[in-house]
Amino acid sequence: MSGDGSMLPVRIWRGDAGGAFRRYDVPRRASQTVLDVVTFVQRHVDPSLAYRYACRVGMCGSCAMTVNGKARWTCRTHVDAVTAGGALEIAPLNHLPIVRDLVVDMAPFFDKWAKAKGSFVPTATRREGFARVEPASAKRRAIDATIECIGCAVCYASCDVVGWKPDYLGPAALNRAFTLVNDVRDGAGAARLGAVAGDGGCQACHTHQSCTERCPKHLAPTASIAGLKRLVALAAIRGRL
Amino acid sequence: MSIVEGSARADGIVRTSDPRPDAKWARHARFAAWRFVLQRGSAAVLGLCVVVHLAGIVYAVRHGLTSEAIVARMHASAIWPSFYAVFVVVVAVHAPLGLRAICDEWLGWRGRGIDAVLALFACVLLAGGLYAVASLAG
Repeated sequence: MSGDGSMLPVRIWRGDAGGAFRRYDVPRRASQTVLDVVTFVQRHVDPSLAYRYACRVGMCGSCAMTVNGKARWTCRTHVDAVTAGGALEIAPLNHLPIVRDLVVDMAPFFDKWAKAKGSFVPTATRREGFARVEPASAKRRAIDATIECIGCAVCYASCDVVGWKPDYLGPAALNRAFTLVNDVRDGAGAARLGAVAGDGGCQACHTHQSCTERCPKHLAPTASIAGLKRLVALAAIRGRL
Repeated sequence: MSIVEGSARADGIVRTSDPRPDAKWARHARFAAWRFVLQRGSAAVLGLCVVVHLAGIVYAVRHGLTSEAIVARMHASAIWPSFYAVFVVVVAVHAPLGLRAICDEWLGWRGRGIDAVLALFACVLLAGGLYAVASLAG
């Protein structure tokens, strides 16, 4: 489909949690992304439309929205790839409070990173030399992919367990915890395992793998969570929790 | 080395929180971790028990064993009563833990009250099951 003068009917969520979808007609363009569509509406139809984006090239993770029912990066999603029956429906991410229109409050998402002790705790001072991490070591290889998470919350919005258990830490926070547990420079491993072992922790994962299926970076948070389950179980058995 | 919350140490590292868990949370984490270990462990044993139990049913049906013949075999050896005693124990561990997850996720029930009810349920399963096994074992 190119700029042939045809129009695309788009339903976009307007308002807060009590809002509703509103229809707009947007001209079709070649290689048009969903973010292009939202931007067109904001610039040419309704400047009051609120949405969030930054890099436009899949690096920042700030433009995630629910597109035709699935959480996606809108900047990396071509309209042609997702339009069902020639229609497009764009809503804010699930499981997060709506600020307005397509903007959600990310605070609960990052609060859970903090609860999972997602901050690096150094064991060395700035006066010591650089840590040497063997790239082929098992611990480093276990997190080759997990370190690539950019915190876009697509996994969190796609997770069924987050939907029915609001205190569940979610795939991204647990993926971060798994990354740090395997970081040989980090000094809070036992405390972090304790932080992810509670009622809302890694054991609550049902392994539905929606996070893994939807992750735009093709990471596997489910595998990280399974790794945490093993580590937590071993720590409990060895009396180190 | 003590870590002061939100302060810069002499070496220049600023820590915003104590990496050590408090005792109450540590107990909560250990309880959760052991629940997970026991549920997965009991599930593994339960899987084997169900396979053996089903194989026994298939054998009994194919060979036309009467209930008297089955009870006689239970009396004849300690193997079958022992097997079913293990079966009962893993059911008493596994079922309450599964119900706990359902109560939490579907009904939002959690805390000491529901844990006490489920502990009682485990005792009932254990007592009833072992009583039945003991009765069959004669």
